[in-house]
Amino acid sequence: MSMAQPLSRLDDTLERRGGARPSRRTMWSMLQQRLLLALPKTGWALLSIGLFACLWELLWGIGVADPRLLPPPHIFLGNFPEQLKFFNTAQRWQIGVGQNSGPSPLQALFLTIAATAMRVAAGLLIASILSIAVGVAIRYFKLFDRLVLPTITLLSPVSPIAWLPVAIFVFGIGNAPAIFMVVIALFFHMVLSTVNQIDGVNKNLISVARTMGATKRQIYGRVIIPAILPGLLVVLRLNLFGAWMVVLVAESTGVGYGLGQVIMMARNTFNPSLVFFTIALIGLLGFLSDWLMRLIQRRILYWVPQTTEVLNGL
Amino acid sequence: MASEPRTLAETSTPCTTAVGCRTISKVWAQGTARAHEALRDIDLDIGPGEFVAFLGPSGCGKSTLLYLIAGLEQATGGEIQSFGKVVAAPSPDRSLIFQETSLFPWLTVWQNVSFGLSIRGDGLDQRKSVAREALQRVGLAEAMEKRPDELSGGMRQRVAVARALAMRPKVLLMDEPFAALDVQTRQKMQDFLIDVWRESSASVLFVTHHIDEAVALADRVVVFTARPGRIKTIVPIDLPRPRDPFSRECEALRRQLTDLLRDEVDRAFAEQEALAESV
Repeated sequence: MSMAQPLSRLDDTLERRGGARPSRRTMWSMLQQRLLLALPKTGWALLSIGLFACLWELLWGIGVADPRLLPPPHIFLGNFPEQLKFFNTAQRWQIGVGQNSGPSPLQALFLTIAATAMRVAAGLLIASILSIAVGVAIRYFKLFDRLVLPTITLLSPVSPIAWLPVAIFVFGIGNAPAIFMVVIALFFHMVLSTVNQIDGVNKNLISVARTMGATKRQIYGRVIIPAILPGLLVVLRLNLFGAWMVVLVAESTGVGYGLGQVIMMARNTFNPSLVFFTIALIGLLGFLSDWLMRLIQRRILYWVPQTTEVLNGL
Repeated sequence: MASEPRTLAETSTPCTTAVGCRTISKVWAQGTARAHEALRDIDLDIGPGEFVAFLGPSGCGKSTLLYLIAGLEQATGGEIQSFGKVVAAPSPDRSLIFQETSLFPWLTVWQNVSFGLSIRGDGLDQRKSVAREALQRVGLAEAMEKRPDELSGGMRQRVAVARALAMRPKVLLMDEPFAALDVQTRQKMQDFLIDVWRESSASVLFVTHHIDEAVALADRVVVFTARPGRIKTIVPIDLPRPRDPFSRECEALRRQLTDLLRDEVDRAFAEQEALAESV
């Protein structure tokens, strides 16, 4: 039996592939169709951003926007190499290290982005695992519910900024407090929304499992968790922007590399061009990470119809 | 009033009944201010292989009775037996089919059908062959690898029937299973259900508020009163299937059932209006 099982499983996947996979030609035409559908959306997005930039440039042109305070896009995006020099924040404070030594400006930019993105990703991962586990445990164990849920409800409206001193007290300076801040910013909301999602699971699905003789554990593992996944991924995507916001605050306290450090330095050295450059960068990164998340969502949640997708940006 | 059916019940032999209800009552939210009585003194015996329709105005508790028989809810009074055993919890012997689609959207059709088998821990080969067989019986053998959202409403309900059949139930409980379908599809599904029922030896308990549906399908029609639900009368239908809905007998039955229901529907309406005014 131990031999027959994997073989038949392989057989099963082969059969499914053979049955469901469309031919190369139809796949190509599907891709073309999707590109055609995405084209107007991309166009509108570019137009939207372009309009905003044009307005800014216009205000600069007629002399309303002071270029020393509100430099328009062509100024803060124009001097790329000059801006990138400032991203070398880690070495900045070391004695004997000048602006021109250390990694090249482009390397520094990628190091900075990678450091911040890593903190966001680690925070999101830890927060989602923790909060799903706690949320499920709250509904699974009545005692746990009574002991834990009131405290979580009490703490969830507290702004993550209030946790910043705690993060520094406990974790000092470095990656840990930044990741902690992301986790704390997401954890309470995600626990509450996990509980909420569990309560909203279609009762019929649970009844079906019960009439089939499923135990409580089987009902949770095979009905409730798959049923709440789509909702949780939407919550995760909404919280992704929150994570990007919080990570900057945490980084501005001094963690070496990071976009928050760059913004802080720009503030201290009165460099509005650098501020806007970093803002543009963060916007782009947030957008890209959302797009990535949507890709993952589509992969994991193959059964959720695309049309009902919330927040269908681009 | 309750004592007379009880003596009747005592004379019947419990082992041969597929479902036996003894003075069942159900009060929702008992002991609170929102308490309301759904069922009162239900005495009913259903034989093995019998097709029984529950007919009544909406909100009369006929679905509640079905849930009690399934074991998903507990009666506040009385006792339900199935093949000599007291119903205390849900069992694969009594499969339930809902009005709305209750398929797991993340599973393929065959995985849905064999869900109960996988709960039981059966191997893949076993699950697949049972699923294939059950799907063949509902005429959907080609849809094995499809996902529920790729199917039409009628097909989904057929998959739900296949899922119930895969457990080889002794009793099939159906809660207005075709109510969400259009008239033509419902007609087809009724014919299909009769075929499936004939092939299996299961008893079918079919909740409906459609008189036509009850007349077309059932051996016996249990007519419920408005809330709290009691059995008003039981109408036996001794006509061969398939039944011609335009025959004189069916016409007469429809008239009889319509008359029986009219008072109850009027009462249910009056009660709802009174309720709406009080709120």
